[in-house]
Amino acid sequence: MIEQKQQEIIEEFAFFEEWMHKYEHIIELGKEMKGLTDDEKKDDLLVAGCQSKVWLKASLQSNGTIHFEADSDAIITRGLVALVIGVFNEETPDEILKANIHFMNDIGLVSNLSQTRSNGLAAMVKQILLYATVFQAQQKSN
Amino acid sequence: MNNDTLQHKMRELRNQFPTLNQTVYGRPLVYLDNAATTQKPQRVIDSVTEYYTKWNANIHRGAHFLANASTEKFEATRSALAEMLHANFREEIIFTQGSTDSVNMLSTILENEVEEGDEIWVTEMEHHANFVPWQVLAEKKKAVFRYIPMTPSGEWDMDYAKRELGSKAKIVAFNYVSNALGTINPVQELIALAKSAGAYVVIDGAQAVAHFDINVQALNCDFFLFSAHKMYGPTGLGVLWGKKELLEKLPPYRYGGEMIRKVSVTGTTFNELPFKYEAGTPNIEAVIAFNESISFCKEVGRADMHKHELHLLKLATEELRKIEGATIYADLENKVGVLSFNVEGIHSADIGTLLDQQGVAVRTGHHCTQPLWEKLGTTGSVRASFACYNTVEDVELFIAALNKSVNMLR
Repeated sequence: MIEQKQQEIIEEFAFFEEWMHKYEHIIELGKEMKGLTDDEKKDDLLVAGCQSKVWLKASLQSNGTIHFEADSDAIITRGLVALVIGVFNEETPDEILKANIHFMNDIGLVSNLSQTRSNGLAAMVKQILLYATVFQAQQKSN
Repeated sequence: MNNDTLQHKMRELRNQFPTLNQTVYGRPLVYLDNAATTQKPQRVIDSVTEYYTKWNANIHRGAHFLANASTEKFEATRSALAEMLHANFREEIIFTQGSTDSVNMLSTILENEVEEGDEIWVTEMEHHANFVPWQVLAEKKKAVFRYIPMTPSGEWDMDYAKRELGSKAKIVAFNYVSNALGTINPVQELIALAKSAGAYVVIDGAQAVAHFDINVQALNCDFFLFSAHKMYGPTGLGVLWGKKELLEKLPPYRYGGEMIRKVSVTGTTFNELPFKYEAGTPNIEAVIAFNESISFCKEVGRADMHKHELHLLKLATEELRKIEGATIYADLENKVGVLSFNVEGIHSADIGTLLDQQGVAVRTGHHCTQPLWEKLGTTGSVRASFACYNTVEDVELFIAALNKSVNMLR
């Protein structure tokens, strides 16, 4: 469940008192994420509006949930991307579209998500919602 | 002035800049994004406040005390600029919204001068603002858009220019100083070349005016433009200097109030210079406050500023060389205080994020010069740029924060 996953992240980050430890953890998440192969990093998967490159791939699975895979050429962005897709992964389009995404603010990484053009998170969340909208329409027409 | 005296003089200056005296994320602010915009001295800030407190009135038209007072102050800045640039006539100074606006104005008013098959030249080093408007003009007029390549060392390929730039060239537009690298370009040489080809010469001086004195007559260019905010002045204000005979000949850019002489239903005649190019109510408070920036630069002395900034650049460059895998772009003698670099295997955005967390403000990315980075085989850099108020301690804090960032990211 999306809300539960957000709470887990918030609790995890509450543990870090120093900014360094917070970022070390994000960098670690970035390193651990499976990511995409070089062949998969196609330009049509690029999320527009990020200073570093972000690739986002989504597929609708037979059980009605969406599977996201992503990558970035910057390691901190990669870690943030891992957090974001971790929250949305294996959820249905309906759940994703009605979710209130607040964890980025709560863990003190961004004070205003919509204005953080530099790390591209706002653009990435927007892209995820776009995928969910398209998949929701597909489900309804089937 | 010896180095210690110079350091002392610049340290005193720092007190005039209130924005520098603060902490971000609980750390002292180290502001090294001066090529993007400089901070403003108190006298500039006070001037804006004073304008709205005492002098606010629309200029040039009102027949009352305040209108006359604000007009006088507004025009005093024009005179100060004419003196600063060594212009022949004060009406050669046109106020615009910034460097980008100045280039867009020029690329519009020069439109009728360009014919099919003519060549419009820029360099591979240009900021997009002095690249795209010319590219678009060339497309529109079926002219040939050409550029002087940049060498891997971050300099113009003047051999190429000498070989290729000839009588077909109609406009040659280039920056005095590279915003991404800090290279001071051999503009005299290129002006001579462009002039002998019979082309209009446009100089983007945005990154030059805060670091050394400019003499437009000695340069013998046709147009010289820059932004106030990169010279310790207010944002939203630019300057375009142009030779009087050209500005008189060329058509207006925007139409509206102020720039007209007489309007009737059968036709309109336009006002004389400089008003012909200043349609609408201008950014009055910025123009008035900019006079304080001009005085500030004059009083401190650009030669001392540049010398001090180069001292900081040298210190930072020496420390950066010790970092394994660091690449410094345009590691040249003839520069302003810009340090543009990458560390192998690390994205510039990651370094920028971690420096920011430590209170150090730099710029990362392509700095609006994508063709330049394509030539250098990458997509951008970390850019630390120094101004007169930066200190040796700023360099030390920056290097310490950089080492910490690199260690975390490796």
